[in-house]
Amino acid sequence: MAKKEESVKLLGFWISPFSRRVEMALKLKGVPYEYLEEELPKKTPLLLELNPVHKKVPVLVHNDKVLSESHLILEYIDQTWTNNPFLPQDPYEKAMARFWAKFVDEQILPAGFMPLVKPERGIEVAIQETRELIMFLEKEVTGKDFFGGKTIGFLDMVAGSMIPFCLARAWECMGIDMIPEERFPGLNRWIKKLNEVEIVRECIPPKEKHIERMNKIIEKAKSS
Amino acid sequence: MASEQVKVIGAWASPFVMRPRVALNLKSIPYEFLEETFGSKSELLLKSNPVQKKIPVLLHGDKPVCESSIIVEYIDETWSTSGPSLLPSTPYDRAIARFWASYLDEKWFRSLRSILKAEGEEEKKAAIAQVEEENSFIEKAFIDCSKGKAFFNGEHIGYLDIAFGSFLGWLRATELLSGHKLVDEAKTPSLSKWAEQFCNDPAVKPVMPDTAKLAEFAKKIFAKPPA
Repeated sequence: MAKKEESVKLLGFWISPFSRRVEMALKLKGVPYEYLEEELPKKTPLLLELNPVHKKVPVLVHNDKVLSESHLILEYIDQTWTNNPFLPQDPYEKAMARFWAKFVDEQILPAGFMPLVKPERGIEVAIQETRELIMFLEKEVTGKDFFGGKTIGFLDMVAGSMIPFCLARAWECMGIDMIPEERFPGLNRWIKKLNEVEIVRECIPPKEKHIERMNKIIEKAKSS
Repeated sequence: MASEQVKVIGAWASPFVMRPRVALNLKSIPYEFLEETFGSKSELLLKSNPVQKKIPVLLHGDKPVCESSIIVEYIDETWSTSGPSLLPSTPYDRAIARFWASYLDEKWFRSLRSILKAEGEEEKKAAIAQVEEENSFIEKAFIDCSKGKAFFNGEHIGYLDIAFGSFLGWLRATELLSGHKLVDEAKTPSLSKWAEQFCNDPAVKPVMPDTAKLAEFAKKIFAKPPA
């Protein structure tokens, strides 16, 4: 699919789940890319030039086209390289995948971090509220290997980069067992299956380094 | 599947609800509009969108679709042979349309509401300046996306036109209440012209809320409690 003169660059950050999911997508499609690490919070002039509106990673540069926002990038990748499609074909299934992906970033992430770091109504309430949201995903994945069915899809990459390989590390630092197996058997099984997929494994931030950094992030968030 | 009954659960004042209605009108798909009473949520809404309990919800047969942008794409993909495409044809142009729609929802509309929530002249001025700056980005985006044609989507109203166009009622209501023009021929000439064409479209006219009525509604919901 790739022509000789094609160039794909990804500006990312090793602990950003938004950046990691784009790497998963590129690997799933077998697209060679150059990875440029942004050592956030410092932002390179390149990042500021390519994403002046939001100044955030990930940014994908495909030849002369610049794209930001991870969900948009994922859809662009799926439509540009048509092998191994990861979004469903059926309009309703596609709408559902998009809905749950938005839910992960816009509801699970806000509930699953700050309210636990600074629990205004007590830690138990914060944990309960996060679990209630995650239960929606448990229902979606029950009876399936992956959200995408037999193979990983859009929602697996979004939820996988965010929950087991990002938020779960924060929960570990805080000593919280957020998704115990007896309450979330489907998700736990899904996480095991994800770990068996080579391209997913390649995109998991190295644990020790991640936990060390996560602890610092939590400390900083506590004092903010 | 495409021939099953279509319903939209929503409310007249919500710009997000306007989006699927415009999309369905553009595709000439008849639908039943189920108006929610302000301040309460119907059982049907809670059953159809248990995750967020928000409008709009599109019911296609018995299948609910939630989130206005996702609904518009669903409408475009399901009734792909009815009327022109709402999304651009290339993956990159689609990504750009979605980028700006996302920007409008996440930044721009919040900035607009800050004008209505502002306490005192200083705060109001700052909020206005913020919106005007963001409008200049959108003016440029319009020039880039439209490529000389009437709409963001080119010759026909599309996804991004619907996304921004649905906010025009609130924009005009805010201008009325604040006494300050935000989109006009002088500041945003392209957007000003586009807004007029969008509002005059037969798919849009029946669902665009009346500015004065919306201003009254805005005054009510942003009313500050007596000191």
